[in-house]
Amino acid sequence: MTALSIDEWQALALSLRVATLSVVVSLPFALGLAWLLSRRRFPGRLLIEALLFLPLTLPPVVTGYALLILFGRHGWIGESLAQIGIVFAFRWTGAVLAAAVMGFPLLVLSIRVAFDNVDQRLERAAETLGASAWRRFVTIVVPLSTRGIIAGSVLAFARAFGEFGATITFVSSIPGETRTLPIAIYELMSVSGGDAGVQRLTVVAFAVALAATITAAVFGGSLWGRRRDD
Amino acid sequence: MIELTLKHALADLEIDIRFSSSARCLALFGDSGAGKTTILNAIAGLLRPRHARIVLDNQILIDSAAGIDMPPAARGVGYVFQDGRLFPHLSVRGNLLYGAQARHRKAIQFERLVELLELGPLLDRRPHNLSGGERQRVAIGRALASEPRILLLDEPLTGLHHEARVQVLDHLRRLKQELHVATLLVSHQVDEVIALADEVIRVHAGTLSAQLDTAQFQRG
Repeated sequence: MTALSIDEWQALALSLRVATLSVVVSLPFALGLAWLLSRRRFPGRLLIEALLFLPLTLPPVVTGYALLILFGRHGWIGESLAQIGIVFAFRWTGAVLAAAVMGFPLLVLSIRVAFDNVDQRLERAAETLGASAWRRFVTIVVPLSTRGIIAGSVLAFARAFGEFGATITFVSSIPGETRTLPIAIYELMSVSGGDAGVQRLTVVAFAVALAATITAAVFGGSLWGRRRDD
Repeated sequence: MIELTLKHALADLEIDIRFSSSARCLALFGDSGAGKTTILNAIAGLLRPRHARIVLDNQILIDSAAGIDMPPAARGVGYVFQDGRLFPHLSVRGNLLYGAQARHRKAIQFERLVELLELGPLLDRRPHNLSGGERQRVAIGRALASEPRILLLDEPLTGLHHEARVQVLDHLRRLKQELHVATLLVSHQVDEVIALADEVIRVHAGTLSAQLDTAQFQRG
């Protein structure tokens, strides 16, 4: 097997950047939402949970279309954002947004399970010692959930790395801008003589996905039905 | 000085108790299930009682009738839980300093407590590397290092084997002599109460059955 071509490297590098940023950007929101779902009872909770899982259940092309309606150049939110210089449509930033939306449920779910596993009696103890809700979150809940947070981040990264449908619908395929690795594979398949490239990128995709699931399994014991050992 | 009125319903127990005491170390003595821990939880603010008025050194911690209910973090109690509850991800030092850090204060008593509780060699260890007695000493140190206005001890010697029990009791006695922190001890062990308490409240089925000084308690 020969080495990756320049275009293939470009697609790989873009996918890695998009997937990494999508996790970094969505992590604070995921931590907040996971905490709400784990620790608070409030009206509308069920609705939020249902909405949260939509990206997992909707056809990705529909999610991509919804993003276009919301964040496109003339979208409901996109139009206002464009005025302050934030543009998603047909930009790599849009690929990050699509990837973040698709990975979000996995991220929240893993973190929420980890939060649920934190002994709340420790939080009560911290409270008697004078710790505010924020301090308890930062010093007790998050550190005791590290493994779940890592597992969730890795899963969300893998999901984002493999994102295809929502991305191509929302930001199309622009080399170096939005043509991520899965999109590059798809396009190479319709080009004569593209087989070798398809095979090379497929191997790369396999390697990344496998590394991610193994890492997630190592860190996310509780998600996979094992007790956490700390 | 503590004044307490508490009415609260648990699944299998109706608590209706009222007492006041200015003893430096007050013991709540009674069988398990008598509602003693619930009283501590009400003082710490860890439960929402049906009706309560608790005044500690002229400060109202809770007065349901007046709509006052201080959040637990503001009450300044040092709670030593029956189940320890040391933070597993922090070293002994981290556990001891937690309260001072949470309140953005310097842990003035830190060195003294480490010495009194003989925690020096343990400071860098994690809770899972400690024996039962060591863990309990750290829990006591953690509560005291937050410089509480009252120390709440919930069965602090339960679950310890004989040797550790004697040792921790000895430490508690020394702390009482050295630090002069108001203490509320929950116990169902006579020797513990006699060793530490100045005054004893017998709790039976959620109510006060007698308030005695230690000499009276000792006589039976």
